[in-house]
Amino acid sequence: MIRKFLFAPVLGGLLIACSVVASAVEFSGNVAAEALLFDQTSSDPAQLDSNLTMSFEPQWTGYWSDGDNLWSTKLFLRADGQDSERNHIDLRELYWLHLDGDSEFRLGVNTLFWGVTESQHLVDVVNQVDQVEGIDGEDKLGQPMIQFKHYEDWGVVDFLVLFGFRERTFQSINGRPRTTLVVDTNAAQYQSSDGKSHIDYAFRYSQTFDNIDLGLTWFKGTNREPILSPALNSNGQAVLIPIYNQMTQLGLDLQVIIEDWTWKLELIHRETSGDSFEASTAGFEYTFYRVLNSDIDVGTLIEYSYDNRSLSEPGVFDRDLLVGARLAFNDAQSSDMLIGLVIDTEKQSRSFKIEGSRRVGDNWKGTIEAQMFFNIDNNDVLASFSRDDYLLLELARYF
Amino acid sequence: MFNFRISRNIMGSPFAMAALLMLFLVPLAQAQTASEKGLEIAKAAQAFDEGFVDFTANMNMILKTQKGDTSTRIIRIKTLEVENDGDKSLSIFDEPADVKGTAMLTYTHGLEPDDQWLYLPALKKVKRINSRNKSGPFMGSTFSFEDLGSQEVEKYNYQYLRDESCGEWTCYVIERIPAYEKSGYTKQIAWIDTQAYRLVKVEFYDRKKSLLKTLKSNEFKLYIGKHWRPSKMNMVNHQNGKSTLLEWNNYQFKTGLTDRDFRAQSLKRLK
Repeated sequence: MIRKFLFAPVLGGLLIACSVVASAVEFSGNVAAEALLFDQTSSDPAQLDSNLTMSFEPQWTGYWSDGDNLWSTKLFLRADGQDSERNHIDLRELYWLHLDGDSEFRLGVNTLFWGVTESQHLVDVVNQVDQVEGIDGEDKLGQPMIQFKHYEDWGVVDFLVLFGFRERTFQSINGRPRTTLVVDTNAAQYQSSDGKSHIDYAFRYSQTFDNIDLGLTWFKGTNREPILSPALNSNGQAVLIPIYNQMTQLGLDLQVIIEDWTWKLELIHRETSGDSFEASTAGFEYTFYRVLNSDIDVGTLIEYSYDNRSLSEPGVFDRDLLVGARLAFNDAQSSDMLIGLVIDTEKQSRSFKIEGSRRVGDNWKGTIEAQMFFNIDNNDVLASFSRDDYLLLELARYF
Repeated sequence: MFNFRISRNIMGSPFAMAALLMLFLVPLAQAQTASEKGLEIAKAAQAFDEGFVDFTANMNMILKTQKGDTSTRIIRIKTLEVENDGDKSLSIFDEPADVKGTAMLTYTHGLEPDDQWLYLPALKKVKRINSRNKSGPFMGSTFSFEDLGSQEVEKYNYQYLRDESCGEWTCYVIERIPAYEKSGYTKQIAWIDTQAYRLVKVEFYDRKKSLLKTLKSNEFKLYIGKHWRPSKMNMVNHQNGKSTLLEWNNYQFKTGLTDRDFRAQSLKRLK
């Protein structure tokens, strides 16, 4: 906790320095109110049945007069009265970026995204997941890094040095949805004796060949995905302890556009001290444009995820099929909708998710999201979510 | 005056006029068909605007519903001229606020589908998008993606129809039939002025061959002594009563943009 606040004076100082030196500062962001409702009582009475929270995401960006030096600061704050772990603040970005012809040098905290598939993000291992913000892995914690990027005709290379490991966030005892046993984030263990200060390295090569987009990645360092191990805490309560092991991962992401089809593939080989395995997600998106003479585009989405770890191990997407549809209404409010059904082909567990959003007026946006879990096998990682069907409503004001 | 005198003389002798008509019209008709003349005009229009190298501009897009409700998008445009291919173009959204920072990069091609990438700042993700079908609306407006793309000569088959007065100028009226796949149109009728090849007006006919939209451009301004650009473009959809006005401002030519400014991988570092 103290470490989090050490950022504050550094941040303040940099902000002042930046605003003095920079010739232009842009401010943007959003404030949002979120209502979360569950239709069943929780399995643990300590857990909430409904929640009303607020979030604030301000961003400042700027550049020096020559335009070759840029900086960005982005904060994320969530005020949650019931879940103390979700009541949090994170520095998503605070970096200086220097451009020099075909090269870029970046120093500071950043969030980046690798990969192409929808069901899961196997290749995307640089940033830690801000799991209290969602179980889809798309909300991520800022990662301190040094990044060097270089562009050539034969591709783009990225070298990353990652320092200052970020632990995954987990819900408190009152939070929902969460694992059946609470994750004790204060008891995290590390394989490396360097613990949180272990320095990680990553590399990426990417290139576009006509209708093909290819990425090759390598990562060596602390696995962002902890093993959750049952244990007793100092009060004698049963909890889960996150254990962060070392890993080396090779990844490939590929997207090929052929006529109206978009084919996607993510493939990884991960080695840890315990085992090594391969995992992949592959699929396609096919879009029907302007259906029935309307302005609506309907994209159909099918992805299959495979993981060759033994079935007793916890891969969420081990033999899973995603069947989905993406609707773009192409109206003035930019209305859209994403519907997805995930089927575990081994255990027959199912989860259904629907997400829709629409602009309201010029500066507001409403989002509605619902997720339902069916037929969840007791041995499935989703078992603890079986009573956690939810409805989420969000209204955000952008500026 | 000179023309007037000649026509007086011709008018004076119907036989001479008929002879002259035979002399001029017959060889002309043999030398150039309506489609050849249409293509010639399209080529001349492209040649006339060649050499702009690059430009940047700001675009306000004002959407208007049938009831008169409006909403505005503010977009910055950067375009790089590419020899022997379509232009490279980058659109950065400033408004509405929820899409601020979103950027769309397009490498336009002639008959081949364009290459297109979208940068989504909330996810920090660069997404290659399938751009084969460009008949859908751009940002909910009455402009479709295909209306806003660079208009390469080979994108259409042409028919010259007639010359006609168009406001203060005289225009060539030509029919353009999309030669690329997946167009939302069966044909377009374009009014191009005979002096400086300004595209004054375009009518768009839908898949059922009925009039769908009319685009009128006005307040043309001349930049760096050579390139004419309209300050206002208004696209009216006759079938649903919606319209969209584009207001262009702050045009700058030859700003020194290079291929470096149009790389998909550098969309994350835009300012």
